[in-house]
Amino acid sequence: MTILEWMPFSVLLPLIAAPVCALLPGRVLPWSLAMLSVAASAVISALVLPEAIDGPLRYAFGNWQPPFGIEYYVDAVNAFLALLISAMALVILPWARVSVNQEVPERQGPFYALFLLAMSGLMGITLTGDVFNVFVFLEISSLSTYALIAHGQRRAALLASYRYLIMGTLGATFYLIGIGLLYISTGTLNMADLAERVPEVSDSRAVQAAFGFIVVGIGLKLALFPLHRWLPGAYANAPSAVTVFIAATATKVAVYVLLRLVFTVFGVEFAIDMPYREVFFTLGIIGILFASISAIDQPTAKRMLAYSSVAQIGYIALAISLVSVQGLAAGLVHIFNHALMKGALFMAVGAVIYRLGSNRIRDFDGLAKSMPWTMLAFVLAGLSLIGVPLTAGFISKWALVQAAILQGNWVAVVVVLVGSLLAVVYIGRIVEAAYLRPAPENRAPVREVGLWMMVPLWLLIIANFWFGIDTSLTLETATRGAEVLMGVGP
Amino acid sequence: MDLLGHYNYYVVVLLMMIGLYAVIARGNMAKKIMGLNLFQTSVFIMFISAGKVIGGSTPIYQQGTALYSNPLPHVLILTAIVVGVATTAVGLALTVRIREAYGSIEDDELIEDDGEDADEFEARQ
Repeated sequence: MTILEWMPFSVLLPLIAAPVCALLPGRVLPWSLAMLSVAASAVISALVLPEAIDGPLRYAFGNWQPPFGIEYYVDAVNAFLALLISAMALVILPWARVSVNQEVPERQGPFYALFLLAMSGLMGITLTGDVFNVFVFLEISSLSTYALIAHGQRRAALLASYRYLIMGTLGATFYLIGIGLLYISTGTLNMADLAERVPEVSDSRAVQAAFGFIVVGIGLKLALFPLHRWLPGAYANAPSAVTVFIAATATKVAVYVLLRLVFTVFGVEFAIDMPYREVFFTLGIIGILFASISAIDQPTAKRMLAYSSVAQIGYIALAISLVSVQGLAAGLVHIFNHALMKGALFMAVGAVIYRLGSNRIRDFDGLAKSMPWTMLAFVLAGLSLIGVPLTAGFISKWALVQAAILQGNWVAVVVVLVGSLLAVVYIGRIVEAAYLRPAPENRAPVREVGLWMMVPLWLLIIANFWFGIDTSLTLETATRGAEVLMGVGP
Repeated sequence: MDLLGHYNYYVVVLLMMIGLYAVIARGNMAKKIMGLNLFQTSVFIMFISAGKVIGGSTPIYQQGTALYSNPLPHVLILTAIVVGVATTAVGLALTVRIREAYGSIEDDELIEDDGEDADEFEARQ
């Protein structure tokens, strides 16, 4: 089999493994099967990426040729995203084993089945070249994510899951309305085919309405300010392993869908004619400032990081509002780097929850003495989030600032700097508590976590520094992807 | 302007607005889900209406029919209905669990709690 024939299996393997996983008894078996299928998916994604950079891979399902059948259309942009999703899932699963044993002690088969469904849904959204197929996979991943969030230990998890379900379904239905209007206007659902036909009807009010519905619908999914209300509750109350996974991947995939539809399907000129740049620029800036300031006085570490995620979505929105190769590349590279740093930060907080049973910021007092490696990892990932040189976070912020300066957009530059300073404040709160404050005397002794949690956490920390120094994988692939999206590359 | 010819689409918009209003304005979680269903159904009607070809027969392959309705929207909506049923099931299951955990499904009566501090809040009550 060629790599082209293997490519769909990066989605199919987790999807097929999920129902089997649900039936497996005990704890070890479901986890092993999940691990196996995710690892296979990651290997396939890693092999597909170099091929996809050279030129798009197209796979027609059931040999029904597009535009009639559903095809997978993989180029530099989505191969990059697919590798990110499967690699993050692969790193998270060993970490999740310990954490899930504590937080979801029973019925782990269905839990891992949901995890696999969520992951294969995200992979499917990324790889498919059919707009209706995106909707189906969007709902597969969303429905399983609602159920995963509801596994949280506190009853507030149910409420958060319900609210996410309402918002998420509204978003997906808006998207459905959008592609319905597109189908009515053009008679096709294939992305490449749509890209050819949309310019002919771009004056039609129906197509413009479709653009609006799609942007708002996906905006809900990617938690663009002010549509972010579901996110902090969902992140704060989900089981730690789920928080790590969805924080690293779910909103990123929504950004990808937005980029693909706006730039590939509607095209750059259409987006410039619509108030796309103004809307994303304004919402991005307000999002960064509002969410960063909100993050400062959150009572718990998970909530604080969730607000920080909303701010990071603001950076990405700002980057893609520049509508230039540099801007889009900065957005794509931040998607990758943010997954690394937020994954590491949520893992560190998850380790604290595992030992302490709490993530209140005042419970972090003096924790650096009892959990030195976890807290050191938190500090290093925090530096990456702030954007200190030699870290991955610096690379994406630097790319964003450069793209903004090229357009003489000084407002964006100032906002990025202010956002970074605010990140110093909120990350600093936890660092101060852990390193400078004495541990409360009545606390039972806390031990450092074991290797199952430590190794994945430090793998991500090393990746944060690796991709801060060697940017050949991230920045170059992202630039290729941005060229594909802008339609200037081959 | 062919007012009656767009009858289906007026119904779509009306149902859509009623559904969206119910989702936003109702405090009862079961009613919110009903609103969500109405909202989704309106989109289904939109797709199905778009597939109808006036004077066309059912899209079954037989001799002597040249004009037939577009079957693709029906297929898409069949999938979307399945998704809608699954969403409703998950939503109602969550509503039942919320009723068990909080003793109410009125959104306003539930504390906007977020874990840690909410526990203290409850302890002080």
